[in-house]
Amino acid sequence: MIADYGYVGLFFLFGIVFVASAFIVSWLLRPRAANPVKNSPYECGEAVKGNSWIQFNVHYYLIALIFVIFDVEVLFLTPWAIILRELGHVAYVEMLVFIAILIFGLIYAWKKGAFDWQ
Amino acid sequence: MVTLSSLIVMVLVVSAVLGFISASAMFLIWWERKVSAHIQTRFGPMRVGWHGVLQPIADAIKLLCKEDIVPVGVDKWVWWLAPFFVTVPAVMAFVAIPFGKNLIVQDLNLGILYIIAITSTGIFGIFMAGWGSNNKYSLLGGMRSAAQIISYEIPLLISIITVLLFSGSLSMQKIVTAQAKYWFILNPSLFVAFFVYIISATAEVNRAPFDLPEAESELVAGFHTEYSGMKFAMFFIAEYTNMFTISAIAATLFLGGWRGPLLPGPVWFLIKTYTIIFVLMWVRWTFPRVRVDQLMGFAWKVLTPISLVNLIIAGWFILK
Repeated sequence: MIADYGYVGLFFLFGIVFVASAFIVSWLLRPRAANPVKNSPYECGEAVKGNSWIQFNVHYYLIALIFVIFDVEVLFLTPWAIILRELGHVAYVEMLVFIAILIFGLIYAWKKGAFDWQ
Repeated sequence: MVTLSSLIVMVLVVSAVLGFISASAMFLIWWERKVSAHIQTRFGPMRVGWHGVLQPIADAIKLLCKEDIVPVGVDKWVWWLAPFFVTVPAVMAFVAIPFGKNLIVQDLNLGILYIIAITSTGIFGIFMAGWGSNNKYSLLGGMRSAAQIISYEIPLLISIITVLLFSGSLSMQKIVTAQAKYWFILNPSLFVAFFVYIISATAEVNRAPFDLPEAESELVAGFHTEYSGMKFAMFFIAEYTNMFTISAIAATLFLGGWRGPLLPGPVWFLIKTYTIIFVLMWVRWTFPRVRVDQLMGFAWKVLTPISLVNLIIAGWFILK
């Protein structure tokens, strides 16, 4: 079973080699003519003002939190979906309750305005 | 155990797949330019080779010889590793894509779950690029991209789970075998799942009309504004490889994969995959970009409820 994943490891290594070799070839070929103006961050030609690592909209965190909840839900749903035929109606009703609770949570987040962008 | 000869075979297989990925990405870049040009009644690239078919090769040479600009104040490690984090997962997804009856690198028993898990790690690379660049446009692009990809991940996964109800397996080859009688798209609830999948997959790969992370008119080029030369090329290769992957998944899960009459399996698989890619290009050059405030709402208020209700109905169908 674990030997099946030999290719996964090999693809991982070769993916890194693929990117690294492209960088090395380009490093050998490219010109080097750096100057301070060229190396300043691009802000449409204006002089750079301040740092870019600043506070940002709290909404991104809300979305991330809701995502975690629903991603775990999807993780529960996957094995359930595969063997639903064997498990029968009891499992279906159980999952129905589970999904109903989550839909309730989704409606709550909706009413609280988590999905409205300002 | 792993012998030398089997190792050589494995290395050859990986090299062949990498060759295919590069060739496919180059072809798609040329094709996208041609499709966009003809939709806008232009010709597109015409000079390099017949109808510009060699244009991507010229582009590749140009990008190889470009000066590499490292802006001051970048977060060195994060900035340099970002192209790796974007490209390597895109390449790794090809382990489990079934090109034909026996033409699959390894039919993993986790199949579709593996592909989804690997490809969604590409978001790290995009966010690293946005964060590491020390550029306001890049940071905004990276943030938007992260929020967008995780939001659309939910309807995408639920629509895939709807397929799993009918296939009863995660293995890509078994999903294709389960479609021996009919293509899954002909099933009413999987028909709905197909559209949810295509819409969220378009958002997953940051393509128009969901290309807000790189909205040219407001964010220059989004998360890869500061990248030049080969690093920029890597983001491009990853983007087009991911586009191939999501279309290949759509072809396998909903359109019967390599199944089809007369023609051999791999030909059918490529016809279906490239048809879906063509539709994605068509959509890109037809619809305007959605607004950022509409974007999140659409994923959570429209697609997620539709896919959940669809899943419940499909489960009822399975049991009745």
